[in-house]
Amino acid sequence: MFKKPAKQLKESLLKLWELIPRWLRNILSAAVRIVLDFWRENLKVPVIAIIFGFLVGALVILAIGKNPLLAYMAIYKSVFSGMRNFSETIAYVTPLIFTGLAVAFAFRCGLFNIGAEGQVIVGMFVTGYIGFTWPHLPPVILLPLAVLGGALAGAIWSGIPGLLKARLGVHEVINTIMMNHIAFYLVNWLVSDPFKAPNYQATAPVPESIRLTKLSDLFSFEPASGHTGIFVALAAAVICYFILWRTTLGFEIRATGFNAGASKYAGVNTSRSLFMAMVISGAFAGLGGALQTLGVRYRVWEMAAFPEFGFNGIAVALIGKNHPAGVVLGAFLFGALMRSDAAIQMQADVPRQVVAIIQAAVIFFVAADEIVRWLVAKRKREVVVHD
Amino acid sequence: MQAQETPVIQMRRITKSFPGVVANDRIDLTVRRGEIHALLGENGAGKTTLMNILYGLYQPDEGDIYIRGRKVVIQGPGAAIELGIGMVHQHFMLVEPFTVAENLVLGKEPVRRGILDQKRAGEIVRELSQRYGLAVDPRAKIEDISVGMQQRVEILKALYRGAEILIMDEPTSVLTPQETTELIEVMRMLVRDGKTIIFITHKLKEVMEASDVVTVIRRGRVIDSLPTKDTTIDRLAALMVGRDVQMVVDKTEARPGRTVLDVRDLWVRDYRKTDAVKGISLQVRAGEIVGIAGVDGNGQKELVEAITGLSRAEKGSVILNGEDVTNKPPRRVTETGLAHIPQDRQKRGLVLDFDLRENLVLQSYYRHPFADKGILKPKEIDSYARRLIKAFDVRTPGPEISARSLSGGNQQKLIVAREIDRDPDLLIAAQPTRGLDVGAIEFVHRRLIRYRDSGKAVLLVSLELDEILALSDRILVIYEGRIVGELGAGEADEQKIGLLMAGIRHGEGGGGDVQKAGQTA
Repeated sequence: MFKKPAKQLKESLLKLWELIPRWLRNILSAAVRIVLDFWRENLKVPVIAIIFGFLVGALVILAIGKNPLLAYMAIYKSVFSGMRNFSETIAYVTPLIFTGLAVAFAFRCGLFNIGAEGQVIVGMFVTGYIGFTWPHLPPVILLPLAVLGGALAGAIWSGIPGLLKARLGVHEVINTIMMNHIAFYLVNWLVSDPFKAPNYQATAPVPESIRLTKLSDLFSFEPASGHTGIFVALAAAVICYFILWRTTLGFEIRATGFNAGASKYAGVNTSRSLFMAMVISGAFAGLGGALQTLGVRYRVWEMAAFPEFGFNGIAVALIGKNHPAGVVLGAFLFGALMRSDAAIQMQADVPRQVVAIIQAAVIFFVAADEIVRWLVAKRKREVVVHD
Repeated sequence: MQAQETPVIQMRRITKSFPGVVANDRIDLTVRRGEIHALLGENGAGKTTLMNILYGLYQPDEGDIYIRGRKVVIQGPGAAIELGIGMVHQHFMLVEPFTVAENLVLGKEPVRRGILDQKRAGEIVRELSQRYGLAVDPRAKIEDISVGMQQRVEILKALYRGAEILIMDEPTSVLTPQETTELIEVMRMLVRDGKTIIFITHKLKEVMEASDVVTVIRRGRVIDSLPTKDTTIDRLAALMVGRDVQMVVDKTEARPGRTVLDVRDLWVRDYRKTDAVKGISLQVRAGEIVGIAGVDGNGQKELVEAITGLSRAEKGSVILNGEDVTNKPPRRVTETGLAHIPQDRQKRGLVLDFDLRENLVLQSYYRHPFADKGILKPKEIDSYARRLIKAFDVRTPGPEISARSLSGGNQQKLIVAREIDRDPDLLIAAQPTRGLDVGAIEFVHRRLIRYRDSGKAVLLVSLELDEILALSDRILVIYEGRIVGELGAGEADEQKIGLLMAGIRHGEGGGGDVQKAGQTA
């Protein structure tokens, strides 16, 4: 009875599928594969953690005598109601995908890149610098130059701690933190003195020709901040997956991260793995900074404080279990929460800090679950070892 | 043994399942006071699971446990200790930089004004070691004493906490023949003192030597439980494996050819920067197995690591296939013609979190046909892995499983498969059957001989004398970083090698330096 319509549906879907251009089909099927891979590996933990995080948030809202449902409706509306809101959210999500990928990539090699923050900052600056220094270059040259320049700056910024780690064994956490501060004060000085534009606490703008198209212009809805950089971010997630699981370099990086002793035995140059993991990690973060300049800020502004993309990237990678698909999910969650903290205050009269509590609770539950899992895994391991 | 006394342990119809396997299937186990009870079975048979249940690490799905006739539920190791059950794990749970005394009292420390009472701790150790005849130095640091000594500390630790029943998980897997003999002595002494011992093992010889009663477990079920004196080694082997096992390896006379490995006056330092290998020279020729016998920690590890490029040689040279590979990076040595079954399969041999496919191409992932211009070819890797898994009989649900979830024997098969299939001229096998069961040992041994017979050179480093004697065409004995003797396959026996291993040269008598072999209890 039901077989026929089901079959028809399948056939029409297949036809529809074939209508899509081949290159897009390839990308789509790759994306589906990556998501499925993540789903199989470890989707459960983050989802449970997110639910628990929101439950804790609800308790806090109840405790201050407000209505959690109202608050969560406000969050929902400010993220999903209408293309404008969604596009505003995307603007928050885009840089977080890059920093999340950066942290996740390094972590696959057993490295803790706390320096995504600084790598974003140098990426923002170098892209801006290239943009305002050669504004008359044709965009086909200037755009890639500016984007790659930002990525390269991030790569160099992480490459220094990477080299120190690989050559001398200096711990990357200390050095990446130091590099954050160097980046912050260096760029702040550059934009407020040598490259300051008159009447601005910033540099000159990058030319219009290389600014990224707003999603609102692309799909014609009311103006909002989301820009085409989100597609680059999603592509970066695919590339990150590809490098890690489909290249010999990724194989070496993951092997080194899991077991450096066995990697050495197998002839892997573990120093090279460590260095390359840091460099690529920084390139992702630098790319995030580049798109931030080209898509949102247009100038390199003096910073009152760290922009926090890098630090939130750590949380995003944690929620995403250091998997590219998970990073996209985690970046969306964090971006959505960042987007909605004003709305929660205005519409539900709940202090915006509650959003930070929800974020913290989600991180806590992901981490706590990891502890539980680790204990279980350890026990299981013992059986295997002993038996 | 008084058969009428209430058994000290009775486990009735214990069942425990893990996802996909029934580890224990209605197991009955009865242990009487004052007996040494061997729990014999292959890897993965369910011995350790059963003992982990008794020690409170797992809860059984079904079944009851009676201790001294009283039904109990053992919620955790704490509850087990209160019931007088102690466990000596296969991998010791000791704090390396702490002293023997500190480790022994850890968790139940004698305290004076809130501070650990070192003097009292030392006394406790001396009292205990005198009472049970287990000599240890209370002030020695764990990292400085031999593995056999560390095991004594573990045993004393359990006794200090009032253990009447001692569970020992594969206690001899890390010991030398001499240390094993001593351990058996200690076990005898303990049961004379009224203790009860359950020891998990897959080594038939030890069951025959040490135990009063043996219970054989196969695939989660009790096959038989019988007094040791009523059975034979062959019968036990058949019970354990479920078929007749060939205990002796068939092998023809070696026909050595050209020299494949030539090590000349090699000096290597260990991580403490002291000389561990002191001027070793040796040759391995095509078509022969050269065995290196010796007590653990006499430079074997450093020797192998220097040959394979994993650590630096201070002096001397390593020539492989006529090419000088001294201090060359490991990949260079590997490509010159080396296969290496490392001593520590979990730390060196495998990336446990990688799946079987990734582990099987660990040495060759970057080469044709597994990669092209830096891009991996998953299909090629997958079909190669499937072929090897089949050819080497690795028991696994599929190639996408992580290496961590395989049993020790199957992990070793994975390494053997990977190394042998690459087919280089020299194979270095370091402790290739450590911790494996009879079936898996048979498998590895046959593969090594087959490799030799195909005209390859094999350097075998092993702490198991039986293994050295069974496989080697020539035997070199290593002692304190030097080769102290060379014996042909025909002239070697356990006695002769044992003396050399202990550093006693011919004609020197019995008064030599026997520190490393452990003190006489």
